[in-house]
Amino acid sequence: MSGRPAPAVPDALDALDRRLINALQGGFPLSDEPYREVAESLGTTEAELLARLQRMLDTRVLTRFGPMFQIERLGGRFVLAALAVPEERFAEVTGQVNALPEVAHNYRREHRLNMWFVLATETPGGIDDAIRRIEAATGLPVFAFPKRREFFVDMRLKA
Amino acid sequence: MNGIADELDRRLILATQAGLPRVPRPYDELAAQLGVSAAEVKQRLAAMLEAGRIRRIGAVPNHYALGYTANGMSVWDVDDARIVELGETVGRLDFVTHCYERPRRLPDWPYNLFAMVHGRDRASVLARIDEIATLLGPACRQHDVLFSTAILKKTGLRIGNRD
Repeated sequence: MSGRPAPAVPDALDALDRRLINALQGGFPLSDEPYREVAESLGTTEAELLARLQRMLDTRVLTRFGPMFQIERLGGRFVLAALAVPEERFAEVTGQVNALPEVAHNYRREHRLNMWFVLATETPGGIDDAIRRIEAATGLPVFAFPKRREFFVDMRLKA
Repeated sequence: MNGIADELDRRLILATQAGLPRVPRPYDELAAQLGVSAAEVKQRLAAMLEAGRIRRIGAVPNHYALGYTANGMSVWDVDDARIVELGETVGRLDFVTHCYERPRRLPDWPYNLFAMVHGRDRASVLARIDEIATLLGPACRQHDVLFSTAILKKTGLRIGNRD
């Protein structure tokens, strides 16, 4: 089993940025001055950490900083679904699918099922309704792949 | 969100879904916004972490910005009787970022185990998928990998205000 790759980190990220990314991916303290606490554990200052964190959010090195909610435990639902889109209709169908606010992510993939998207709704019932609307708009059958079981993974990425 | 019975939890989720305030005392700032004490904010967040309603509090890196530019959705047709053991084995691999059991859609789709594999390029993703194939051995009847070639939309779930 090989380890993680040594990713091609952009030059704009220095060693402290990378240590911050690695340290900030979990276990953020629930204390009065959590940024200071993390900064001190890394041998830097609170002001430096806050400035770097803001810069990495502004430049989209980080997409978010805060609580990551487990949507199913809050009553909502995520469902992966796919379509086999005829190549000549790809742009049209992309527009039809993306028009639904319930479509949170959508990827083109190399397969006969060539469009894969995630439906995210605040209530379980919203998923079936979104699937019906996509089928009506596109005239294509939606293949839904609701998760049956989630296996534990460590989602942290090494910077 | 209908599943959140408690109004303060709901307001706390709405206040933090765009992120935690980047100020020296972030929980004090949330407390001021919500009109409660900082102790209450921290206690609510701790309770949601404990219950698994918050997975973790921290940074979400952009895969591409960290150089993980290739991602392959590997899909596996494995013995249903061994799915838990096999899913846990695959999920433990450090290059797998999501791992789920999902239903087959026969005859179009024979796969029941999905594992997202990230790497710097296609070759490294394929090499890792070979590792998974070796690990699964004869318990896997067939597999495939679907590379993404374009991000068509990426917004994530935004929890709306209840009207």
